[in-house]
Amino acid sequence: MKNNEIGMSLIVKTITRLTIGLILIYGIYISMFSSAHPGGGFAGGVIIALSFIHIMLAFGKGIALKKLTGKIIVSLMSISALLIICLAVPNFIGKDLREGIPVSDIAISLMVGMGLFLAFMALALMTPHRGQS
Amino acid sequence: MRQDFVLLFIIAPLFLAVGTALLGRTVKQLGFMLSCACGLILCFCSFMVFGLLQKTPAHIFIYKVGGHLPPFGIALVFDGLSSFMLILVNFISLLVALYSFRYMDRYTDKWKFYCLFMFMLAGMNGLIISGDLFTLYVFLEVASVAGYALVAFGTEAEDLEAAFKYAVMGVVASIFILLGIALLYSYTSTLNMADMAFVLATKPQGALVAFVSVLFLAGFGLKSAMVPFHAWLPDAHPSAPAPISALLSGVFIKTLGVYALARVFFNVLGVSQKALFIMMFLGTVSMVVGAVLAISQRDIKRMLAYSSISQVGYIIFALGLGTPLGILGALFHLFNHAISKTMLFLNSGAIEYSTDTRNMEKLGGLNSRLPVTGSTSFIGGLSISGVPPLGGFWSKLIIILAAVQAGHFIFALIAVLVSIVTLGYYLKFQRFVFLGKLNLGLSKIRGIPLSMTIPVVILAAISIVSVLLLMPFAGHFLDSACNALIAGNLYKDSFWSAIIW
Repeated sequence: MKNNEIGMSLIVKTITRLTIGLILIYGIYISMFSSAHPGGGFAGGVIIALSFIHIMLAFGKGIALKKLTGKIIVSLMSISALLIICLAVPNFIGKDLREGIPVSDIAISLMVGMGLFLAFMALALMTPHRGQS
Repeated sequence: MRQDFVLLFIIAPLFLAVGTALLGRTVKQLGFMLSCACGLILCFCSFMVFGLLQKTPAHIFIYKVGGHLPPFGIALVFDGLSSFMLILVNFISLLVALYSFRYMDRYTDKWKFYCLFMFMLAGMNGLIISGDLFTLYVFLEVASVAGYALVAFGTEAEDLEAAFKYAVMGVVASIFILLGIALLYSYTSTLNMADMAFVLATKPQGALVAFVSVLFLAGFGLKSAMVPFHAWLPDAHPSAPAPISALLSGVFIKTLGVYALARVFFNVLGVSQKALFIMMFLGTVSMVVGAVLAISQRDIKRMLAYSSISQVGYIIFALGLGTPLGILGALFHLFNHAISKTMLFLNSGAIEYSTDTRNMEKLGGLNSRLPVTGSTSFIGGLSISGVPPLGGFWSKLIIILAAVQAGHFIFALIAVLVSIVTLGYYLKFQRFVFLGKLNLGLSKIRGIPLSMTIPVVILAAISIVSVLLLMPFAGHFLDSACNALIAGNLYKDSFWSAIIW
């Protein structure tokens, strides 16, 4: 047990290890099939972010940042923004692009997921040290 | 005729900014190349818009986004004022992007700078071309948020403090503007600016319009740093990197503040005598307070920042006169001040680059080492304070003539006196930094690379010849911009006729 000192107890860590994969797959499912089923890009993105936030809560922020580094977050967010802009252009010009809705849902889910994870990570990283006001 | 290229004003900077975020870490200098390419494309597009406007009958054309008709869909409006601002913003951004090639060597993570720079450019362009009040607000927020991050770019303690101060005050301004838009929407049930003006003209003007005017005046006044709302600017400008200070002072406060204020007040709400007088009064107060506070500054950039407050005061004052001559003076002074102040801020960056200090008292005699910087700073200072052959003289002359013509003799006198004070502190800057003996305390003086002198020289040349814009052969560059504001409430009629056409 190399990470016994940081994070929560062994029970939580084991359960998290078993469930995060399932949560991540469920989030991807929600965001991929949202155009035909209940759900949506935003909901899927939140679930994707939750799987990584679980890692952060159970194992500590260091492990979570090792799984999902800043470089990966920036590139995923940039890719999703590029996708959204590329889908927006035909609609701006006046061509109705309905086939783009599933792609835009995936882009939105990536953006929301990474953004939510970043917000949590910022809250975790920016806590003042004890002793400071 | 295909007009789809106008979408590039928003899409190109956004796309390239995201591209920089994706690849900028791995490909060195990608951010610089993309931002220069973006500046070039947008400069070309803004001149194309200007050419297109000359061919259209009423000097206005509407781009319907997605092909939806305007009161329901989003419209991008191109009239004289928009094309004037587009040319100014994109040209200055191109020069600033060129300048930042070597200047940004002082900082790490340059790709983040270029990414934010292009987001800011997208926000400013979108704000200028939007014909829809809420779209205007959205792009105002895009530009502002990029601005907060860019002010904090150095991440020193004082940079963060300035950025935080700016962010808090900017958010208050945004909330004022959003509240004003919400109230207007509840009153007129539309967000399109022309439609809103149409509904406001048919409905009785109650206390609500007056209240909304106050909200907009406070909100856009905070963005343009008029005097009761100016506290963020003297902190934000010194702590930003020099290209960003130049952009903030040169075009940012004018686009987000002056342009939006003029558009909303003249074309949507319709000007009332009270609103005009308040603008005139606040402009005069900013003029005086900015100039007086600038005298005693030791930091070059802080002095230039106070000078910006003072000169924006001139612009707001001239807009507040409300006469055609006053509006011409305001727009021409906006142009001249943008050119000269960008030049001066870029020069302050060059001084910091070569000597690592911005404190005037530690400098001296730099003319022998940095002749280009010295002479262009001299031209810029003289142009802003209004010395004859340079552009600033003509714009101030028009403003003062307009004030006399409108019968405001005391305000005209104040404007003359303030420009003498302005000349005083620019000469002081010249004396402390460039003239006299070389200060031996300066250990090393680096030479300034060519990429940092070319933009400044171009700007200096423009500020010398900018009087040509007043000549008849210069086309309708200033005239059509003025006519867009003078037309006032007729904006809605030309809007609807342009849609039918």
